[in-house]
Amino acid sequence: MEYLPMGGSIKMVEESLKLAYGDNSEFINDKRIAAVQALSGTGACRLFAAFQQRFHPNTQIYIPVPTWANHHNIWRDSGVPLKTFRYYHPESRGLDFSGLMDDIKNAPDGSFFLLHACAHNPTGVDPSEEQWREISSQMKAKGHFPFFDMAYQGFASGNPERDAKAIRIFLDDGHLLGLAQSYAKNMGLYGQRVGCLSLLCEDEKQAVAVKSQLQLIARPMYSNPPLHGALVVSTVLGDPELKTLWLKEVKVMADRIIGMRATLRENLENLGSPLPWQHITNQIGMFCYSGMTPEQVDRLTNEFHIYMTRNGRISMAGLNTGNVGYVANAINEVTKSA
Amino acid sequence: MRPPVILEPSTTYSSNSSSYSPSSDRRLNTIAKHFVNHVQMDSHNISPSPTASSDSVFAQIVRAPEDAILGVTVAYNKDTSPIKLNLGVGAYRTEEGKPLVLDVVRRVEHQLFTDGSRNKEYIPIVGLADFNKLSAKLIFGADSPAIQENRVTTVQGLSGTGSLRVGGEFLAKHYHERVIYLPQPTWGNHIKVFTLAGLTVKTYRYYAPATRGLDFQGLLEDLGAAPSGSVVLLHACAHNPTGVDPTLEQWEQIRQMIRSKSLLPFFDSAYQGFASGSLDADAQPIRLFVADGGELLAAQSYAKNMGLYGERVGALSIVCKSADVASRVESQLKLVIRPMYSSPPIHGASIVAAILKDRDLYNEWTIELKAMADRIINMRQQLFDALRARGTPGDWSHIIKQIGMFTFTGLNPEQVSFMTKEYHIYMTSDGRISMAGLSSRTVSHLADAIHAAVTQVA
Repeated sequence: MEYLPMGGSIKMVEESLKLAYGDNSEFINDKRIAAVQALSGTGACRLFAAFQQRFHPNTQIYIPVPTWANHHNIWRDSGVPLKTFRYYHPESRGLDFSGLMDDIKNAPDGSFFLLHACAHNPTGVDPSEEQWREISSQMKAKGHFPFFDMAYQGFASGNPERDAKAIRIFLDDGHLLGLAQSYAKNMGLYGQRVGCLSLLCEDEKQAVAVKSQLQLIARPMYSNPPLHGALVVSTVLGDPELKTLWLKEVKVMADRIIGMRATLRENLENLGSPLPWQHITNQIGMFCYSGMTPEQVDRLTNEFHIYMTRNGRISMAGLNTGNVGYVANAINEVTKSA
Repeated sequence: MRPPVILEPSTTYSSNSSSYSPSSDRRLNTIAKHFVNHVQMDSHNISPSPTASSDSVFAQIVRAPEDAILGVTVAYNKDTSPIKLNLGVGAYRTEEGKPLVLDVVRRVEHQLFTDGSRNKEYIPIVGLADFNKLSAKLIFGADSPAIQENRVTTVQGLSGTGSLRVGGEFLAKHYHERVIYLPQPTWGNHIKVFTLAGLTVKTYRYYAPATRGLDFQGLLEDLGAAPSGSVVLLHACAHNPTGVDPTLEQWEQIRQMIRSKSLLPFFDSAYQGFASGSLDADAQPIRLFVADGGELLAAQSYAKNMGLYGERVGALSIVCKSADVASRVESQLKLVIRPMYSSPPIHGASIVAAILKDRDLYNEWTIELKAMADRIINMRQQLFDALRARGTPGDWSHIIKQIGMFTFTGLNPEQVSFMTKEYHIYMTSDGRISMAGLSSRTVSHLADAIHAAVTQVA
């Protein structure tokens, strides 16, 4: 159980890069990616935020509205001020694409942007492939720095390659991006805290320099990252049979959730709910931004013992064939007079 | 400067070569100019050149130097000599020079793996509850009044480093003093940990090079001169890097000085059980402080004493004046942890909790721990004897007087360099050697190297 290097398990990092950038990525072959093992997605974001603060102390991070609540805490505790860009469109329960594009255009050149690679948390609303291309193009024109938080690769569509599409689009467009990866959900390793932070650099020399600086941030935080989860990940991804098995299992998880989305929506429509519910199946990943108000959520909790965050976010993973009917009925009850 | 961009006009036009004519040529040029003008304003229609690379935001970044301690192992690994010796990082090695996974740890791991009821869900932000309680009992004593009165909050941390960092950040956010006093010298990473946590680092005299022992007078003077309320970092036992510990009598005087100046003690306990072989004996200094009813912080590590190095298992305890304060402190600790890594890793803490809560496993652990401590004490004696046998100039009694994993040899950087070059001995340039890296086989090689360094290099 010896210490890992400060940058973590080399094997795990290598496999993580293949998963995210592509098995035959030229950037991997050219050794242009500075990458270190991190404490799941949180730790990867924190390392990046600290790195951003140290080397670009007068910058801010643009985060989508809404975003995972802890993103606010991470950059704030790292001393990086936060700005926002429009993302969720409440009326359509979809993407505010024109607002998003405007905010990208209006941000000063060279701004740092946080993007959810797939399965946006908390809304489940992702840009389409075509929209991603436009986002990438506009960001390139502005010289913005894209930092991707990818916590659900494989978990969103069931296909890791597909879920990495946004990243691949940006790479094709020549962005030098940053990426936080987590194995909490897609490998079910939640409590093991396994993730990876990578930064694409201009060349190998720069990647070496950047990695060494990332290590300098990790050392006074926790010295080196935990071993156990990293061993699991590197073993699974490094063995063709195990990797195939994993791909099957992650698809099963994703499919179950996709199935629950369909069932929940169907139930609500069959109950004759006057409200539109197609966003349940339009949205993707673990969460559904139901559109319910805090008051409606409170009723769900108090009257029906259903627990969820007051922004109306439902974790679809908590639904199963045994309870989806009950939940649909409860949602209908609290929303039918809306 | 933007690299040249290959234009791909979005409208098509006749490019049939058989109809090529000067007028087509003129028309092409006009259209091309039209697009050139648009390039500056709207790059929407441009396909990026495959060879274009934008300026990286990291272009100015220089390569960081290797970590002073971990870099030793990096250098060691590169060395191809069969007689090389790694006395750098403080990781225990067996007589055969191998890392050791404790039997009791292996057994518990196996139990954990075969327990089908276990899962890998997130543990709470503060870590596993039983791990925390048991860790507090281990360091403060099961009968500690502070524990009985619920005045202790304990959170699981990423080994010693992570626990120190969380404590430091908590203090920087919530404590009225921003200065922490570190002993001179101290573990190199302490300075970075506390600086990045947001505290200002100062030092107090600790090691006396002349005696290779404690500069007790200097220590008391410097603590006495510290502004009231300042934080003081204390190595609970087996001081790193010097191996020089105060006696219990001296600890009592230190305690009085600290309490009289209302200084806030922050203990780093990375070697409980490793110093003397007794867990309780090694915790005495901390317990002295707890017994007076005052407040303190304590970071614990299970890296060495349970051999769990890479699993990153540790704990931060804060002893408060009241249960109410402890509870509020804990809520704030969570806010420090959440944006750092959300929650700590489950694996190592599960192992520790299982061992600490089972009487038989605990006893077996104490036996294995004592064996490790004894082997190190044995190595100290062997090295001392070997140097005496060679008539190496100087007083080497500090080797057997110092405590814990390290010996502060008193060798200077030039001598260390010489030993690395000529004898393939890897150690930190401050002259610190990890006794755990020695074995009966390799003691004479080290003794030869020290002898040569002392007699040939100033």
